[in-house]
Amino acid sequence: MNISNNAKHSTSVTQPIRPLIQKLAQLGSLRVVIGFLLISAFYVTFCNIAFAEGSFFHVSDYTVSLFGKYLCYALLALAVDLVWGYCGILSLGHGAFFALGGYAMGMYLMRQIGDRGVYGNPDLPDFMVFLNFTELPWYWAGSDSVIWMIAMVFIGPGLLAYVFGSLAFRSRVSGVYLSIMTQAVTYALMLAFFRNEMGFGGNNGLTDFKEILGFSLQEPSTKLGLFVATAIALAIGYAISDYIVKSKMGRVVTAIRDAESRVRFVGFKPEHYKLWIYIVSAMLAGVAGALYVPQVGIINPGEFSPLNSIEMVVWVAIGGRGTLYGALIGAVVVSYAKTRFTAIMPEAWLFALGGLFVLVTLYLPKGIAGLLPHLLSNKDNEDDSSNSKGTDSKNNRSTDIQKTEVQS
Amino acid sequence: MIVDKNGSPLLADENIKPDTRHGVILYVEDVSVSFDGFKALNDLNLYINDGELRCLIGANGAGKTTLMDVITGKTRPDKGTVSFGQQVDLLQLSEAEIARAGIGRKFQKPTVFEELSVFENIELSLAGDKGIWTSLFHKLSGEQKDRIAEILYTIGLTQECYYPAGRLSHGQKQWLEIGMLLAAEPRVLLVDEPVAGMTGQETERTAELLTSLAGKHSVVVVEHDMAFVRSIAKQVTVLHQGSVLAEGTMSEIQSNKDVIQVYLGEDDGEANGSDDIEKAMSNTQEQTA
Repeated sequence: MNISNNAKHSTSVTQPIRPLIQKLAQLGSLRVVIGFLLISAFYVTFCNIAFAEGSFFHVSDYTVSLFGKYLCYALLALAVDLVWGYCGILSLGHGAFFALGGYAMGMYLMRQIGDRGVYGNPDLPDFMVFLNFTELPWYWAGSDSVIWMIAMVFIGPGLLAYVFGSLAFRSRVSGVYLSIMTQAVTYALMLAFFRNEMGFGGNNGLTDFKEILGFSLQEPSTKLGLFVATAIALAIGYAISDYIVKSKMGRVVTAIRDAESRVRFVGFKPEHYKLWIYIVSAMLAGVAGALYVPQVGIINPGEFSPLNSIEMVVWVAIGGRGTLYGALIGAVVVSYAKTRFTAIMPEAWLFALGGLFVLVTLYLPKGIAGLLPHLLSNKDNEDDSSNSKGTDSKNNRSTDIQKTEVQS
Repeated sequence: MIVDKNGSPLLADENIKPDTRHGVILYVEDVSVSFDGFKALNDLNLYINDGELRCLIGANGAGKTTLMDVITGKTRPDKGTVSFGQQVDLLQLSEAEIARAGIGRKFQKPTVFEELSVFENIELSLAGDKGIWTSLFHKLSGEQKDRIAEILYTIGLTQECYYPAGRLSHGQKQWLEIGMLLAAEPRVLLVDEPVAGMTGQETERTAELLTSLAGKHSVVVVEHDMAFVRSIAKQVTVLHQGSVLAEGTMSEIQSNKDVIQVYLGEDDGEANGSDDIEKAMSNTQEQTA
């Protein structure tokens, strides 16, 4: 939280970039992150369109899709950080919200195929014809409408979070018990979605999508559009999360994380706050899932796998929980490492991930984001760096209160 | 829906203002609590007057903490009534509602929000709407900032205003917690062992602080440190095996036969001076603690 006062020592390696980092810190993390997101989105778009294939500056369509995927993960990590980093709820089942958002989008995309499927049935998706469904199940009603799809992306994960959260938080289940329950929920959903009778395509899931909003998903321009949409969604999600954690709401949930019983005796109802932030987080995860599906072209029950949910937690732990940008960094860094690693030696990836997790826990308890204070602090210009504190609004209030004291 | 005797809803804040026309703010009557057969409280009767400073003493297991739990809604009694003023039935309210009604509690172990600053700790404790939407769009008014500054001054933590609370010393955390109680503008302050682990100087300051709060608030202090109790209390209540053994001023207590019998185990305790009994009371605590 307090950027300037922590580390005292600094290394000469960081010397040249320190002024730049301090300048950025003065701007505040919100502006820096959103600015960085939009600039890089613009850069990728520009390099994808303006430079021909083979040029040094060209960004391939494959890379655009890959970045789009990373940004979805970043949004998901943001959701996990909001409940875990700030409210202390270690959810090992956020994959369920991600997958539900994905399925809501997948259903819409299935209906857009129309009669272009293998069986050419104008009403039923291929897998339903194959499984001898005679008509659409009732819960597929409305799934061909964009508005309905968008609503379901929020309602699906939100409803699950509401039902599970209100039961768990009201019974004051917390800590490791809650984590195990969230894990059980996502596992149960995975098993349910594997069943063909569920009407969500069984273990093949939903795939073979043709177009979204009338744009062909095979077109590079559509992929680029989805990438930009994801960047914008992430920027909005970040702004919302940033607002929440800096509001009094954010201080209440942090207080719940540190001393829940005290919060109760102060007169707040912690279960309401936990439930609220859990639902917001679930919806963010749902949006991430919905943007992910058209970019990878498939959603199947594997997304509910408990392993996925644990990986999300690892992103946040590595990036730095309790800082929003930390979650983003963690998701992107780990996902990039995964892409590279699984290309070189796939069987070693899980060992590498485990090793990374252990190393970060041992040497960087605050994650990669915890390194930032080291870069910022400098004995020579301590005054300078304490000015940068003004960005997190505390400084303003400290001068306020000093003024009131002088007056009284 | 919780309703009072007249059938009007009790949850609205204006309906949980205590009626203290008889001078008593807290009525605890015939309260019994048992845990697996062990009677923690046994037909306990206790009346706290509006604005008084009352000390509760008693050996471990005498029921002091259980009594606080019952008043703050953490534990529900098996029988008996607890009311705030004459008309507010505390047994019908949740912990959060009791806190909002004006009964603040300081725990034995200081619990403050470690990652938040001292200022923010007080801010969260300020009286007012504690709902989600208010929190989401809340801005501190100038009046509230003044109030926070005033509380920080009262508890002597103005300098530490922007420290994370986790970096305060043990004594400072205790004061911060008292400050958090004050911010909620309570009528009654329940303070559990405020000077445990404090240095002599800190103890002295705490005594000053608590005495200055009495009058405006009713303060109930549970404490083992007899010297401290002597320095602050006008009225002392001794609990023993879940009920009230004796009540009165410190010197009355020390010459009370029942008290002497319980603490010194002698049939006629007249022979002992008050110093001995004081020592014995303190020793009991140390042995059982």
